[in-house]
Amino acid sequence: MIALTRVSRTFPARTETVAALHEIDLTVAEGEFVAVIGRSGCGKSTLLRLIAGLLEPTSGTITVDGGPVHGPRRDVALMQQQPALLPWRTALGNVLLPVEIARLPRGEGADRARELLDAVGLAGFHHRHPYELSGGMQQRVALCRALIQQPHVLLMDEPFSALDALTREDMAAQLQALHLARPATTVFVTHSIQEAVLLADRVVVLSPRPGRVREVLAVDIPRPRSLGRSAALPAVAECVAHLHDVLAKAGDDLEP
Amino acid sequence: MTRFRSWGLPLLGAVTALAVWWSATAVFGIRSFFLPAPPDIVEAFGRQPAYLLREAGSTVAVTVTGFGIAVVAGLLLAMTLTAWRALERATLPVLVALNSVPKVAVAPLLVVWLGFGAQPKIVLVVLICFFPVVVATMAGLTSTPAELSELSRSLSASVWQAYVKIRLPWALPQMFVGLKVGISLAVIGAVVAEINNPTGGLGAVIVLSGMSFDTPLAFAAIILLAVLSTTLFYLVVALERLMVPWARAISG
Repeated sequence: MIALTRVSRTFPARTETVAALHEIDLTVAEGEFVAVIGRSGCGKSTLLRLIAGLLEPTSGTITVDGGPVHGPRRDVALMQQQPALLPWRTALGNVLLPVEIARLPRGEGADRARELLDAVGLAGFHHRHPYELSGGMQQRVALCRALIQQPHVLLMDEPFSALDALTREDMAAQLQALHLARPATTVFVTHSIQEAVLLADRVVVLSPRPGRVREVLAVDIPRPRSLGRSAALPAVAECVAHLHDVLAKAGDDLEP
Repeated sequence: MTRFRSWGLPLLGAVTALAVWWSATAVFGIRSFFLPAPPDIVEAFGRQPAYLLREAGSTVAVTVTGFGIAVVAGLLLAMTLTAWRALERATLPVLVALNSVPKVAVAPLLVVWLGFGAQPKIVLVVLICFFPVVVATMAGLTSTPAELSELSRSLSASVWQAYVKIRLPWALPQMFVGLKVGISLAVIGAVVAEINNPTGGLGAVIVLSGMSFDTPLAFAAIILLAVLSTTLFYLVVALERLMVPWARAISG
């Protein structure tokens, strides 16, 4: 479980301080999948890094599984926008990096790494280097690396935004399957409404400068969802249309 | 066809250059004292091969020893400076100032300080190839991409783990740039030192052959130097391909 209470974060700029997030209250239940959506500069990434313990809040408190966040934790995994793979390691070696850093038994980790790579469709590519893989494949390896330690909390920062549309759909479907098989508490930052509605139990809309929670929308659509078949459901259309409206308004009030 | 392009064309170029040189000496009747023809040089080498090879060995020893010291010291200094920013601020200007002194100008002083043995030669080699190694390694160690630094933080990697598993391997390709510049400079340093202090090595052969007007011998020594320098350079390249095969792939 993740709980944020009146969390604010400012960054020092040249002359004054810039508020990135303003008094965010948000609770993510155990095993829940929450998508955070908003325009560029609304503090989505900052929010994720605060939960990951990579940044400290200026004020307010953050707890993960009941304990306050003081720094990065082993049971919290972060997946970044870039694959961030080590070019000298194979796909398998990259997935095993967290295992090595945590000094866990390598054999066991290797078995799980192979299973994960197979599950995301990289069965024949365990021993390829990143430069031999496409962008989508690299991001799949990064997903496996995030999942290798069976994290309690999974934080994803626009993980599919650098991929082409078809690959994004594939990866979103795979992520959904992995989440259904083993639900980790997930915060998924995106600026794709479709992705948010496909994956999330709830969608949090942030408004920019400073980032505030504009609205929280529950997505009551039965799983497994698919971009193809579910798109025609009235509930999906309603959610998507509503999010469009909220985001359009969120852009208007630039100045308070 | 591709075979001809990769082997045939360079060979054709080399043979043509030799032919032009040779025929120029023959057609214009240039005396071998000014510009020896290729056979004169082969003959000069054939006169005393043991002597030339011994002096070449001496140059190699000086070059490799000096280069080895410079690499070890350079890597250690680069690691220290990148780990300790205050020290970098304090010492880098001094290093840059020292490096801007033409090393050739120091060669006679080194003889005054260290005598006529191998020491002043090795020190000159170290001085001349130390700086590129330091600068390239520092550039490599400070070029870790932000997302990789963040990754290692989010994995709670220790400072040591982040260094050994991410930062140092990431620096290797740039470090090798420094090593390749360094090894070529090392040969130059050795020869400059030997010319200043002609007690041995191919540099001394060139000085002594000049005194006895034996230009073909000087040319033989120069050609040996070129062979030696090229060989050492490609040894470093081979080591690079062995250690960082991924670098060529990602730099496209």
